[in-house]
Amino acid sequence: MDAINYDIELKRAGAKATHGWSRLRFLAQRHILGTIGLAIMTLFVFAALFADLICRYDPLTVDSAHALAHPSAAHWMGTDSFGRDVWARIIHGARISLAVGIGSTVLGGSIGVVVGLTSGYLSGWVDLVFQRVTDVLQALPLLVLALVMTAALGPSLPNVIIAIAIPLIPTVSRVIRANTLALRELPFVEAAKSIGMSEMRIALRHVLPNTLAPLIVLGTAQLGSTILTEASLSFLGLGIPEPYPSWGRMLSESAAEYVRVAPWLVIFPGIAISLAVFGTNLFGDALRDILDPRQRG
Amino acid sequence: MFAYIVRRLALMLVTLIGISIVIFFLLRIVPGNIVDILFDAAGFVDPADKANLERELGIDQPLVVQYLHWIGGLLRGDLGYSYVSEKPALQEILPRIPITARLAGLALLFSASVGIPLGVISAVYQGSRLDYVLRVVSLSGLSLPSFWLGLLILMASVSMFGSIPIFNPDPKTFGELFSTYMLPSMAVGFRSSALTMRITRSSMLEVLRQDYIRTARAKGASDASVNFHHALKNAILPVITVIGIEAAFLIGGLIVTETVFNIPGVARFLVEAIRWRDYPIVQNLVMLIAVVVVVANFTVDMLYAVFDPRIRYTD
Repeated sequence: MDAINYDIELKRAGAKATHGWSRLRFLAQRHILGTIGLAIMTLFVFAALFADLICRYDPLTVDSAHALAHPSAAHWMGTDSFGRDVWARIIHGARISLAVGIGSTVLGGSIGVVVGLTSGYLSGWVDLVFQRVTDVLQALPLLVLALVMTAALGPSLPNVIIAIAIPLIPTVSRVIRANTLALRELPFVEAAKSIGMSEMRIALRHVLPNTLAPLIVLGTAQLGSTILTEASLSFLGLGIPEPYPSWGRMLSESAAEYVRVAPWLVIFPGIAISLAVFGTNLFGDALRDILDPRQRG
Repeated sequence: MFAYIVRRLALMLVTLIGISIVIFFLLRIVPGNIVDILFDAAGFVDPADKANLERELGIDQPLVVQYLHWIGGLLRGDLGYSYVSEKPALQEILPRIPITARLAGLALLFSASVGIPLGVISAVYQGSRLDYVLRVVSLSGLSLPSFWLGLLILMASVSMFGSIPIFNPDPKTFGELFSTYMLPSMAVGFRSSALTMRITRSSMLEVLRQDYIRTARAKGASDASVNFHHALKNAILPVITVIGIEAAFLIGGLIVTETVFNIPGVARFLVEAIRWRDYPIVQNLVMLIAVVVVVANFTVDMLYAVFDPRIRYTD
């Protein structure tokens, strides 16, 4: 396994410039779908950051006089059974989705990196124990493990993040471990050893940076499924508690009733979830093509 | 091969024991048990009654004793009693399994019959407009939450038939079968059909590049014969793996879909039991899911060796 030289890869693909903006523009033109994905993601980040400026209404204010109002000029996406503005709740919901998505991906990813590096680097019984624990965590579907974890920890934002982060650890640690095992055999690691570098320093300064590309690819790929899992948990009433506007919660069980009387309560939150996940999936696919040419299909 | 199988089986056992420990203690790290919940709801009650009930349910014992009691029971086929219905857990769980199994089977069928042909088409016409469209559609399939897809299906059925399909445990006509099992299974299967399509596509692309395919074309074999007879036959292996593993992981989609369609299967039962803190049901159901996942993984690996003579497991 060799480290990937991106400049050579880019030249091979026909890029004239290998630096700065022109390089980005080249990639954007080549990966139109990925660029669309990035645009969608940026849109949601904007919504999350400036939610208070974008919306006229407060997402939590109850207005029973206007409960279940149809979409109109006043309420673009209608109101829910408490008269809360759906548009405001969806825009503010981006905060929850992104917080859970990014939070759990980063948390699960970091723990996974530590476990994977230690496991691959130390091998022996540490590796064996970590591997068996990984087996255990991987034998349960993401949603099932997250469900049991939120049930154990109780529904709250930090707990949902933890509940989704833990099941992510094995996937990340497996990839990092495999990479570490391969990298350990490469000449530059041997060289570092021969000049007397400590194992810790080699692991952090030489091995870790070389596992960054697969890590980023994996992280983006996971982002979509963490957002979906949060939506599912909240949909089942075991994720983000009321009154916080979570897209999944907005679709919670009463939605089967709203299908008949207030379809807008079903359509808009679903579009928000799908679009956010679709954006990360598009971007993740392009990122995989760019950063990890070996996996290209 | 034999040694490998024995080793794999031993590892499976270790994994299952690990899961039982994790689940059992995870469910009990939070203070407050079913007795507290029942008694909180009732207001002030005699502490002696509370202690009695705790003794009756066996939750006054140390956790390790409770754990060993559960595992001992499991081995004898005794899953304990549901806290909520007070019926044997086995009696509660067993009748719900066929419902979920039928849904899962139909979902897989849907996934394979849609995903594999589309994946082949996408690979054969790689880089074409059609390939592009199919890839975007499959990515969107991975992006739609299955509960939302289920809700959209309900919405469509309201606008077409004026009502929401009601679960019928014993469908007689095709119409009943369709609304009871096939519609929900599509909501679950859509996502996995997208996954199947992606895997089929990349696996086909890999095979289509190989020399023997060129040889077959050079010998004048028709496109259809090359694509389906020569290529798909070899490309199907990774697809089988994914479908096999998906079979076990479909449970995530089933949980939300059974909730949307109000289907009394095991998947929805898990959510209900978690809400009620009905731990005997939760821990047994989670174990059941883990067994299904572990066995599915093992079966897929064994099938691999059967289908591909080049693969021989040695250790």
